Amino acid sequence: MLTSLRDHLTSPAIRTDGLSRQFGAVCALDGLSLEIPRGIIFGFLGPNGSGKTTTIRLLLGLLEATSGSAEVLGYDTRTDATAIRERSGALLEHCGLYERLNAADNLDLYGRFWQISRDHRRARIRELLSHLDLWERRDEMVAGWSRGMKQKLAIARALLHRPELVFLDEPTAGLDPIAAVTLRDDLSRLTAREGVTVFLTTHNLAEAERLCALVGVVHNGKLKVVAPPAQLNAMSETPRVEIIGAGLTEAMMEMLRAHRGVVSARADGRCLIIDLKHAADVSSVVAALVSLGYHLETVRNSAGSLEDVFHSLVEAQR
Amino acid sequence: MMDAIAVAWKEWSEQIGQRGFRGYQGILLMILVFGIVLPLQNGPAWITSPIIGIAWSWVPMFLVTTVIADAIAGERERHTLETLLASCLSDRAILFGKMGAAIGYAGAVTAISLFVGLVAVNLVHRQGGLLLYGAPVVLVMCVGGVLGAVFVAAVGVLISLRAATVRQAQQTLGGAIMALLLAPLAAVRLLPTEWLSSLRPDSATYVQLGVIAAAAFALLDAGVVALATVRFRRARLIAD
Ligand SMILES: Nc1ncnc2c1ncn2[C@@H]1O[C@H](COP(=O)(O)OP(=O)(O)O)[C@@H](O)[C@H]1O
Ligand SMILES: [Mg+2]
Repeated sequence: MLTSLRDHLTSPAIRTDGLSRQFGAVCALDGLSLEIPRGIIFGFLGPNGSGKTTTIRLLLGLLEATSGSAEVLGYDTRTDATAIRERSGALLEHCGLYERLNAADNLDLYGRFWQISRDHRRARIRELLSHLDLWERRDEMVAGWSRGMKQKLAIARALLHRPELVFLDEPTAGLDPIAAVTLRDDLSRLTAREGVTVFLTTHNLAEAERLCALVGVVHNGKLKVVAPPAQLNAMSETPRVEIIGAGLTEAMMEMLRAHRGVVSARADGRCLIIDLKHAADVSSVVAALVSLGYHLETVRNSAGSLEDVFHSLVEAQR
Repeated sequence: MMDAIAVAWKEWSEQIGQRGFRGYQGILLMILVFGIVLPLQNGPAWITSPIIGIAWSWVPMFLVTTVIADAIAGERERHTLETLLASCLSDRAILFGKMGAAIGYAGAVTAISLFVGLVAVNLVHRQGGLLLYGAPVVLVMCVGGVLGAVFVAAVGVLISLRAATVRQAQQTLGGAIMALLLAPLAAVRLLPTEWLSSLRPDSATYVQLGVIAAAAFALLDAGVVALATVRFRRARLIAD
């Protein structure tokens, strides 16, 4: 009994092994094997239809796997899904708010489901709504709210019972850019404050980069790579260098464009950004520049954007 | 148990309380029809006639029909079902909470209508003494009402589980209830006429028949409730 309790407390937040789900001929998720430690925001990144929502449903025991297995917070999704749901919160594809109820009642209702006592419920609702700047509007019907406000309220609902883990399925999808930025800020602030593990899906690279400590890239149901965003950057297929110095001339730019090892080159103030065919080409490029009279100060490896990585990973499959 | 009550509370506040005036309108209309119009049309017989118990048994059933189709299909249509299923609630709590909410609503409206009807008839048709429902009538109403309401609630949830929209659920449920009401009538016509005519309309036979009918109905209820419990599986609700 005690050992099993310890196992639950020390197990990774999520561990899956060959997790797959088929819908007829469509393989929505294909052999997902993944381990996510506790206490981080994990980003599950992939274009639409890549199997992100299906994964969340499988992890919450809302769908049965065709094959493979998954453990969430140390509980098996096939046998202990109730225990998983008791310890998790969720903002799914649809925010799931009751439009005929006001904001406070929407939270109060879920507080009742989780059997939080009346006083605790009230205090907690006030705390969360205040943090999200929604306290003043608690008596309004949700039906008239903007999507951004509904998403915020749904996040409050997901955190209400102080879960160990929350699932957020594309929380900023469909929001205008400003609302999305606000929501992201609220999210990172609140989740850090609550110390909760987050499984977040997104098709937005910047969002994953901004919020997540670890990112898994998924495409067509297959996991491509799992890495911290910084490391993902380094995986960019075209090596890129930034050269800083003085005395750049048009002749130098022409030489660079004609150089065998250079894919593309552009100047950005005192910084010269060059994409190379191979990382090893950097020495001959630098030597050619210096021979033309360039005053070199620094050469450094620069990461391509996460977007480049993403596209190269996705393209590689086609 | 507590969480089934929480689900029922949600159903009531969503369906009735918070819909504003329109929510109350429906209830007031029911009470107007069953508590004032029909009683005044029928006069004292509304209270004293022995067959009024049987008539009232249908009312909760009818009231459940008006709300139960929404149970699962409505949440699916309004995109709240999956979030509800992702909560800590057990399958049973959701199922019994929803059935209980519909049955409770029907029971409350029926009781209020009965009371309003009693007051209305007594006020309009003063005949010296106070008119009251007889004890057998109340017994038949309670037993018949509960059995009927439970039956429709379970059948309604079963239909609501499979229905794509609330409208479709309502139509299917309406058809199913109609068929189920006509079936006993058809069955009676199939019985041998000699046996039927040998039935003597003395009260002992009727009581026996009533008890047998109630027992059969209770068995039927147990069957559909069990079926609803088996069919209500959250891992199935989203897949298709
Ligand atoms: N209930 C379902 N029935 C049939 N196909 C489904 C179902 N759910 C998802 N799919 C299919 O599985 C694939 C992955 O879907 P989904 O997990 O929703 O992707 P994402 O959330 O990444 O956009 C898609 O091709 C989708 O059409
Ligand atoms: Mg999705």
